[in-house]
Amino acid sequence: MATTLHEPPQIDLNNLSGAGNGGSIGIPKDGLRATLDHSPPASSSAIWVALFAICMMFAAFTSALIVRKGSSMDWQSFALPSILYFNTFLLLVSSVTLEVARRRVNAFMRGARSEAERPALWLYVTLALGLVFVAGQYVAWTQLRAEGMYLATNPSSSFFYLLTAVHAVHVLGGLGGLIYVIYKLNNLTLRRNTLVATARYWHFMGALWVYLVLLLWFKL
Amino acid sequence: MSVPAAQHHAPPTGFIRKHVFSLDHKVIGKQYYGLALVAAYIGMGLSWLMRFHLAWNSTAIPGLQFLSASGAPGGVMTPEYYLQLMTMHGTIMVFFVLTTAPFAAFGNYFLPIQVGAEDMPFPHFNMMSFWVTFVAFLVLMSSFFVGDGPTLGGWTQYAPLNAIGSVGGPGQGMGVVLWATSIALFCVGQLLGALNFISTTLDLRVKGLSLMRLPLSAWSWFITSCIGLTAFAVLMPACILVILDHVAGTSFFVASGLVMNDQVLPHSGGSTLLWQHLFWFFGHPEVYIAIVPSMGIVSHILLANMRKPMLSQRVLIYSMGALAVLSYMVYGHHMFVSGMNPFSSLAFSFPTLVITIPSTIIVLIWTFSLYGSKLRINSASLFSLGFISMFVSGGVSGFFLAQPSIDIMLHATYFVVGHFHLVMGVAAMFGIFAGTYFWFPKMTGRMMNETLGRVHFWLSFVGAYCIFMPFHYLGMVGNIRRYSTFTDDFLQPLIPVHRFITIAAFVTGFAQLIFLYNLFHSRFWGKPAPDNPWEATSLEWSTATPPPFDNFGGKHPIVYHDPYQYGVKSSVGDYVMQTSPEQVETEFEEK
Amino acid sequence: MARFFAITIVVIAVLSAIPILRHTWVAPEDISTHGALIDEQMSETMAEAGISFLAAQFILAFFVWKFSNTAPDAKIKKFPGGAKGLVIGALLVVGVEVMALGIFGVKAWANVYLDAPSANAMPVQVQAGQFAFYFRYPGPDGKFGGLHPELINEGSQNIFGLDPEHDVDARDDIVAAEMAIPVNKEIHLLMHAKDVGHSFFVRELRVQQDFVPGLDVSLHFTATKIGKYEIVCTQLCGLGHYNMKAYLEVMSQEDFDKWLKQQAGQ
Repeated sequence: MATTLHEPPQIDLNNLSGAGNGGSIGIPKDGLRATLDHSPPASSSAIWVALFAICMMFAAFTSALIVRKGSSMDWQSFALPSILYFNTFLLLVSSVTLEVARRRVNAFMRGARSEAERPALWLYVTLALGLVFVAGQYVAWTQLRAEGMYLATNPSSSFFYLLTAVHAVHVLGGLGGLIYVIYKLNNLTLRRNTLVATARYWHFMGALWVYLVLLLWFKL
Repeated sequence: MSVPAAQHHAPPTGFIRKHVFSLDHKVIGKQYYGLALVAAYIGMGLSWLMRFHLAWNSTAIPGLQFLSASGAPGGVMTPEYYLQLMTMHGTIMVFFVLTTAPFAAFGNYFLPIQVGAEDMPFPHFNMMSFWVTFVAFLVLMSSFFVGDGPTLGGWTQYAPLNAIGSVGGPGQGMGVVLWATSIALFCVGQLLGALNFISTTLDLRVKGLSLMRLPLSAWSWFITSCIGLTAFAVLMPACILVILDHVAGTSFFVASGLVMNDQVLPHSGGSTLLWQHLFWFFGHPEVYIAIVPSMGIVSHILLANMRKPMLSQRVLIYSMGALAVLSYMVYGHHMFVSGMNPFSSLAFSFPTLVITIPSTIIVLIWTFSLYGSKLRINSASLFSLGFISMFVSGGVSGFFLAQPSIDIMLHATYFVVGHFHLVMGVAAMFGIFAGTYFWFPKMTGRMMNETLGRVHFWLSFVGAYCIFMPFHYLGMVGNIRRYSTFTDDFLQPLIPVHRFITIAAFVTGFAQLIFLYNLFHSRFWGKPAPDNPWEATSLEWSTATPPPFDNFGGKHPIVYHDPYQYGVKSSVGDYVMQTSPEQVETEFEEK
Repeated sequence: MARFFAITIVVIAVLSAIPILRHTWVAPEDISTHGALIDEQMSETMAEAGISFLAAQFILAFFVWKFSNTAPDAKIKKFPGGAKGLVIGALLVVGVEVMALGIFGVKAWANVYLDAPSANAMPVQVQAGQFAFYFRYPGPDGKFGGLHPELINEGSQNIFGLDPEHDVDARDDIVAAEMAIPVNKEIHLLMHAKDVGHSFFVRELRVQQDFVPGLDVSLHFTATKIGKYEIVCTQLCGLGHYNMKAYLEVMSQEDFDKWLKQQAGQ
């Protein structure tokens, strides 16, 4: 797929946040970093739109759980696998590491030379924590299976697997976002908006997980 | 006037990138339109089969046995096949026509242009949105050809019939799984689309284009996306739950102790009404997703043809917004006699009655804006005026259905079928037709044939009334819906009415073939169209025909005016375009 | 063409109204004690909806007629009062209208659904299953036997899954394929779904209620006229849905007692 190389866009250094500039991270003193950026203008509302839809989906699952529990006599409560609490801790820590990463990347893109060496380090840490979280969720499932609770064993276990699986799928999406951010950072084409949106998404995954753990703990 | 763009993207190259996996919202819009067109004619064909069977129940339909040997042995439709065709008719029409055409097709094509943007903020998601919807359509259509055919549970797929598997009837095994998979995919596609629409409207408007200066069509697409964001995000989980009930042995919807063929089903519990709550929480807002874009399109077209501004654009926008908000509070009116708490029924009936108020205000604004106008008659404006008439007719039957006590007599009768067909099957369709006649010149550079357009209109308008008005009478006298055959002393005397309706349906359907011919013939041999054949004011008319890949040829337009400055004196006539810096005198200016 | 459009709308509106005004297709006669309020709601709603329908279509037609084919130099005009008047008008007129309908309709609804059945209502159970209704009477002991789904066997005619061997109450239960009730006696209808969703609708009796698998719901009503009426299933339940019906026979008390004895003998 051939791309035509255009002239570098005329960027008015005095008017960086105006329309059409896409909200790119500022231009450092020693040159343009975003010369080959052909992406469409940034949209700051998009992440909130996406998070709202995800909220609605989990709201639907929550009401399904509540109604299903109350409608029949077959609900069998069980203790949550212990690794779940450790996983929760990991995910919350990953939000902290992501915030550290964000500050360092911002500083780097603004030209602070001291961060020149490994601006993506803390992003990798977050990524690793996220992967361990997903692996930990899988361990939780094996723990539950060992107790004889499968997807169809009981509505309570059905909801456990369902909610954790859907959340894990979205976490994997977040990991994909982090990889994308790392890739753009290494190409020096990362836009502030992308990083902000990915961070918000990741923190939301953490908050959502806390909600799910509480819901499962109370209802199961 | 415009400013040079600070950055613009490269034009696409290669056939696949230009026409197949395109990131260009205009191509995606046309792809959605094409999908909707195919779906509409399939859905219409299904309705012809249904209507024929209802009118001439034991007569063979030649060739039907090749579509399904078991469903129509010797060409005579079985009761189960009737239900299967009916389910597919509803599903295809509601999802793949009424959500794709007015919203995804026209919205994708014109929303970015109307806000002055080069494209949507997430072109890859947008492309995925179409292709996921396309795959969803293929999955749904595949159910015709697998196992014992499509599901027969109606587009509403009530539990537990939707979850007990093939023991419930033909198509209730694989057919339901395919249905639910298709719809879940559809939800994903539309959520990706809604994301793009909302971000485009909020973040990509050019200089001078405040929210209040957006055309009404843009507003309607924006409001519809907000509704869709919430609605589709609830339907998808419901579909996931029913798929799990089929493939994973879970029991979300099937109560314990149910008996089929003298065998107790193994489920330990489940909630029948849970499905209805989840489905209708989506389902009622869905009908507003179907109608609001057409409201916006019709408003947009009427303004260009009335040559004067709307009585109050602001009130229209607020009313459409009120419809969106209220749509979430009324869904229980589909469940008045469902067995849910009767107090809930009363609770749902009040917002349902209240929702008539913004609907009435919208109709009044349209109608009374016609006062003092200089109405131009053409195919687009005829369909827009027809829309108003149809929306009124469909809307007033809502007065009855909103009241639980009356619903006792009208629930599950043809009265309901008449109501929703008038508003969705006719009014919303008229919006699609109006949009097509209006925007075809901009999308293709050619005019559609006006004579054929008028013939299309008259046959459709009169024909649709002949089909659907009698449905209300049938309902009032007690004709139950979703019956494949009328076997008894009570319903048999109504068969002549059904025959009249069937004949009207064939005639009206034929008119749609005229439209199809017009569409294709004009695409290649229509009269060349100027850039602004309607002397309209919004941004799409200020750019080339068809618009270049980045919509405005490398420039960002600047907006100086409200979207509907008609009835003024300017250098070009009785209107001034949004992008024209010319100052004109007007008494109708709104900030 | 605009004038033609206006005329067409008027003609269609009038033609649509004619069958209503002439009562060509009306609901079958009401044989219930609570139905009068429902029918009244229906008439009032019809009047209001009908007037709104005709008014809206006529005004649309009139404006299309009057404001098309205008001279090119004619001035556009704004409707006097602008949007404000219309909005206030809509809020007041439509608002009051729908609120009135809603409030007055509460009583009609409450009579059927919110009031409890009286203590001496006669209990009858109906079971809906693909694709037939069956009815059960408690018999002389006045008690229904328990339902055992695992015992349901259509072949041996154990429709309800009764266990007369071990369940004393079930021994005198009477099962029938049609529903007979005495006239002017309140009936408490207990509704049980055997398999999927169904619905119970008797047009003349002004009652319609869905069966909910897993949740037994009930209705109460009193029939005031002797005769034979259709009970139809109105919730899509499968391929036999169109044919799922039973008959309701309203009889005099003596005829009913005779009928019940006859059913018990079978």
